[in-house]
Amino acid sequence: MIIDILAGAVRGGTSIMYAGLGETISERGGVINLGTEGAMLLGALGGYAVTAETGNPWLGVLGGALAGALLSLVHAVLVVSRRANQFASGLTLYFLALGVTSLFGVSYVSRQINAFTPVPVPGLSEIPGLGPILFDHDPLVYVAYVAAPVIWWVLFRTRVGLLVRTAGERSEALEVNGYSVQAVRYCATVAGGALAGIGGAHISIAYANSWFENMIAGRGFIAVALVIFAMWNPVRIMAGAYLFGAALSLASVLQTSGIAVNQFALNAVPFVLTLVVLAILGRRTMLAAPDELLKVFDNSRTT
Amino acid sequence: MRLTRTARVCLVAAVVAVLAACSPAVSTPEADGSAPAGDSAPGADATKVGVIAVGPKDDFGYNQAVFQGVEALRGEFPDLEVLEAYNIPEDDTAATTMESMVAQGATIIFATSYGHLDAAKQVADAHPEVVVVHQGGLLDPAPANMGTYFGSVFEPVYLAGIAAGAATQSGKLGYIYAIPIPQTLANINAFTLGAQSVRPDVEVTAVSTTSWCDPATQADRVASLLSSGVDVMTQHQDCTKTIIEATEAAGAFTVGYHADASSLAPVGWLTGSEWNWGPLYTDIVQTAIDGGFTGSEYNGNYRANMASGENPFVASAFGPSVSDETKALIAAAAEELEAGGSPFTGPVTAQDGTVTVADGETPPIETIEQMDYFVQGVTGTVS
Repeated sequence: MIIDILAGAVRGGTSIMYAGLGETISERGGVINLGTEGAMLLGALGGYAVTAETGNPWLGVLGGALAGALLSLVHAVLVVSRRANQFASGLTLYFLALGVTSLFGVSYVSRQINAFTPVPVPGLSEIPGLGPILFDHDPLVYVAYVAAPVIWWVLFRTRVGLLVRTAGERSEALEVNGYSVQAVRYCATVAGGALAGIGGAHISIAYANSWFENMIAGRGFIAVALVIFAMWNPVRIMAGAYLFGAALSLASVLQTSGIAVNQFALNAVPFVLTLVVLAILGRRTMLAAPDELLKVFDNSRTT
Repeated sequence: MRLTRTARVCLVAAVVAVLAACSPAVSTPEADGSAPAGDSAPGADATKVGVIAVGPKDDFGYNQAVFQGVEALRGEFPDLEVLEAYNIPEDDTAATTMESMVAQGATIIFATSYGHLDAAKQVADAHPEVVVVHQGGLLDPAPANMGTYFGSVFEPVYLAGIAAGAATQSGKLGYIYAIPIPQTLANINAFTLGAQSVRPDVEVTAVSTTSWCDPATQADRVASLLSSGVDVMTQHQDCTKTIIEATEAAGAFTVGYHADASSLAPVGWLTGSEWNWGPLYTDIVQTAIDGGFTGSEYNGNYRANMASGENPFVASAFGPSVSDETKALIAAAAEELEAGGSPFTGPVTAQDGTVTVADGETPPIETIEQMDYFVQGVTGTVS
């Protein structure tokens, strides 16, 4: 039972992790993207459509990433170039994505695809306990194992990461050194959208293996909450995504075991966890936030 | 039967606006919305029919069945024009869409989702010359130009339960449902009673997704059920592809619901229940065209069942693994239902041991449509 919950946590947390990592990059660069749910929807449809047309799920991942990146590019144009309100732009783009994917996704609802299937890692998947939890999943789960530490390393140990973080902390320092804040923010936002798109594609071509309108069902918003929960740290995103994934998979395992728990209450667990963290850490979450992000929250501190 | 989504409202509003803009091109004498000439009966001599559905027409489920009913109408009435609108949410959009269909000359309207009822009433009140029928609702009383219709869904589900009980090795069956509404509870109970009739020790694990279509949650539920030893899976969901494909991949059996999805499970498909709206839609339209809608059985709450011989919810075709012996058992049970029997003929015992239907009694349809408990043999909670 514990193994089922943990294996489910890893499988179910993966899409949230990709989206959370993307949002972390974006917010580290100073741009909040509430359209993450929309980027995941576009990624789910893009991934499904490309897989259906080409028969290759890896091309589907690419399609999902491009679709997510495209939506975030629109967000970047609005908030970086046009300096529009980040919350308004993100939410509007989410609703746009919901409508667009519902409209254009109709023809894919009944299509069958050559989806990703679990690939047990030879040897490792035989380990009692750990094997089924960690090493009996689809390839995108394994890619996520590597993605989180790599993104941490890029953000905190490389020049590119320094540029992104500076755009989010002290953007004027970038200008002084001859870099374009706008260019860096464009890159961070679009990269974030691409990762959210991969997260969406994971749901449609590796996890649920189908496309239906609104199939992300709030996981993109969980990812945005996760970024605060993880205090803008990719490695904590990984841990948090699996924790949220465990909350989701707990609902399945408890029901299957006949343990009476209200389903609607279980659905709320990820959000309750985030609220608890916000309540406990209070201002400390804001201290961890990129400085430029605080300007978005606080209108009196204009750029 | 899904939640309202603002985005869809905007989208559909735009589509409706376009439709409305186009309507003069296809207008007929009735198109200006004024009362028809003379005092003819509602829907009489209709040349256009409008149908609205809450989901997409190819969902392997409830809405696909509506689409198939529409196709049957087209086959029966080659001269009739059928206007269709899918993905219509259960809010004002439904009324706007139906109004637009009336403006285009439709004089018979089918509103096919449970939550379209209020909008359907509104349209019926505004247009006494138009027949409005609603799928699954209850009216008290029905205006002269309106009615509701539905089938006894739990009857074929009971028959499918027999197939599941005969097929299971582990004695564990899985039932994935959305929310515990009476119709779903009656289905789960009928399925359990059917399975118990051939295998008394069978256990049905009922798990909720809290949504009519959330494929990722479905994937999670299927994985848990399969891992717990379930070897026959069924569901009451609007979209079914994720569940059926995952079950087939695991080598377990599938019992379908809403539509024939055997193409998704060529090996493990046992049987299922599906809508066959064609004959009923046809009869309703014919009755209206003939001018006899008002006062007919459709001008009220029409419920068909197997005993009346016209239940629009029927058993699906059998899959390859179902034995002749099982088919004979199911045929015998079907005969009993056709003779007026019920899956819920007592004794029926709830999970907590209370006898809810006394020995030999048969509850009326109104009682079944208000069911609020699981029977013994179901693992799960109504919460």
